[in-house]
Amino acid sequence: MSNDLVDLITAKPSVRNKKRKLTGREKFWLIFRYVSLAIIWFLVVMPIYVMVINSLKGVKNVYLTNAFKLPTKLDFSAWSVAWNGADFFPHGLSESMTRTLIFVVQSSIISAIIGSINGYVFAKWKFKGSNFVFTMFLFGMFIPYQAVMIPLVRLATNIGINKSIYVLVLAHIIYGIPICTLIFRNYYEGIPNELIEAGRVDKASMVRIYRSIILPLSIPAFVVVIIWQFTSAWNDFLFAIFLTGGSPKLSVATTALNFITGSSNQVYYGVNMTASLIVSLPTLIVYIFLGRYFLRGLLSGSLKG
Amino acid sequence: MKKTSSQRKPFMTHAGGLFFVLPSIITVIIFVYGMIAWSFNVSLTNKNSVTQKKLEYVGLKNYTDLIHDERFTHALTNLVKFTIVFMLGTLITGFIMALLLEKGIKGEGFFRSFYLYPMAISFIAMGTVFNWLLNSARDQEAGGLNLALQKIGLGFLQNDWYVSQKGAMYSMAIPAIWQMSGYVLALFLAGFRGIPDDMREAARVDGASEAQIYRHVLFPQLTPTLLTVLIILGHISMKIFDLIIGINGKSYVTQVVAVYMWEATFDKHDYAKGTAIAIVLLILIAVVVVPYLRYNNKQQAYR
Repeated sequence: MSNDLVDLITAKPSVRNKKRKLTGREKFWLIFRYVSLAIIWFLVVMPIYVMVINSLKGVKNVYLTNAFKLPTKLDFSAWSVAWNGADFFPHGLSESMTRTLIFVVQSSIISAIIGSINGYVFAKWKFKGSNFVFTMFLFGMFIPYQAVMIPLVRLATNIGINKSIYVLVLAHIIYGIPICTLIFRNYYEGIPNELIEAGRVDKASMVRIYRSIILPLSIPAFVVVIIWQFTSAWNDFLFAIFLTGGSPKLSVATTALNFITGSSNQVYYGVNMTASLIVSLPTLIVYIFLGRYFLRGLLSGSLKG
Repeated sequence: MKKTSSQRKPFMTHAGGLFFVLPSIITVIIFVYGMIAWSFNVSLTNKNSVTQKKLEYVGLKNYTDLIHDERFTHALTNLVKFTIVFMLGTLITGFIMALLLEKGIKGEGFFRSFYLYPMAISFIAMGTVFNWLLNSARDQEAGGLNLALQKIGLGFLQNDWYVSQKGAMYSMAIPAIWQMSGYVLALFLAGFRGIPDDMREAARVDGASEAQIYRHVLFPQLTPTLLTVLIILGHISMKIFDLIIGINGKSYVTQVVAVYMWEATFDKHDYAKGTAIAIVLLILIAVVVVPYLRYNNKQQAYR
């Protein structure tokens, strides 16, 4: 199957965990491993911990010197300031969060549909030169988008689409074609050709086979692609800053956050930490509930999935 | 992987398939290759400011100008510094994490899930946190990481971090390593677990010590994984942009190629220079990625 990697990672090693008494040396190594794992765990959790505890200290009582200390009493005022804005903090996140959610959902669903069709063809209906075309697609996944950005901005300005959030929907769909095609192609390669052949014996057309055989089997791949596109579009900063030109009317989560933290006004770190947490929450929630699918998308990016 | 007879037999050529992917092919040709060509075209002109009315082709002048542009070489040097520390740091950290987990350990799922979560968070959000924690105040005034270092008795490691003249790029690598190690962990864990248990067992029966098994049996099997990791980290590193902006904005000390391109384009409206920088970046990445794609393509053919 094409999902080998994630299955490998999450598989329980079978032979290695034989139950027997550990020798002194093995015991030492086991303790050493746990201690190291715990130290790494603390380091990995630290930034999120800092975000969470400092978001609960209110607006004014947050200093770098007590950044790691738990709040003495819970104060949620920073949350409402970060979300709704305030006199001293004019740009609440509510609008840009909603805007981001809407555009990201649209672009990831459309990306998945396109990816599914492409993947089906590249896996099961190869045409002359299809491998070459596929490799050409893959290159598009690795390019620095700066190399297409200036013409892209020009084009978007000329047709006037840079005044609407659809410019980002389109950008993520277009530049998501390679990775979405790749994920679906890998997934469909794992579906036995016998199924397709059985369909062809019954004189089913290519479209018919897709609809009645392939599509019903595709749900896991759809989840992987939608999650992947959701996360990368949500976290994207490059397209957003270039294509919307940092205009506040079109700010998305990342550009709004960057605007907040980059502003030279008096800085309220409690609000900043809360804002980063709010911006991170949607993708974190997706990761918590669908981590396995997220991991699949992540590993596909290495072309090995 | 086991091959069934029908999998080995390639399908016939299907023009019908082409019909369905044609829209995507055209889109990719226009928006990837066409736009690159357009960028390259702009980089050959004198479109160096908004007021430039008379457009002319100036050949490779914008590129030769870059070589003598102190700001560009500064950004390139910064990028090289960052790349070395980031790649080594992420590789080593991720590999150690994989080593600790690969044999299976109680609570593995718990550790693994936590180790991978940074991948789901944006560089911009993380940048906000690190911008704060990596504050340069020391000793009495110290806070954030410098204070934490004092508390655990490592006060001598206190640092100016991203505002220091010499070490700014190295400290930029810290959040990047923090964020990307999970990726390396995942790839190496898959690599380790793809090695059949028999190989380990056979070596053990032959009387090899654990250390010898790792060195002579397991590590050589991980060479393809190492190659993948290096390519992935390499291209991420060369494109690094959000992280730098998130932590330190456009500040000169931490400017890398992608940030300098942004500055040239947005602040100076020097589109010719901006595209020239972007094309240089593209070439740097293509040199690494194209051989990898070809290698990957060949591997696919044997599958």
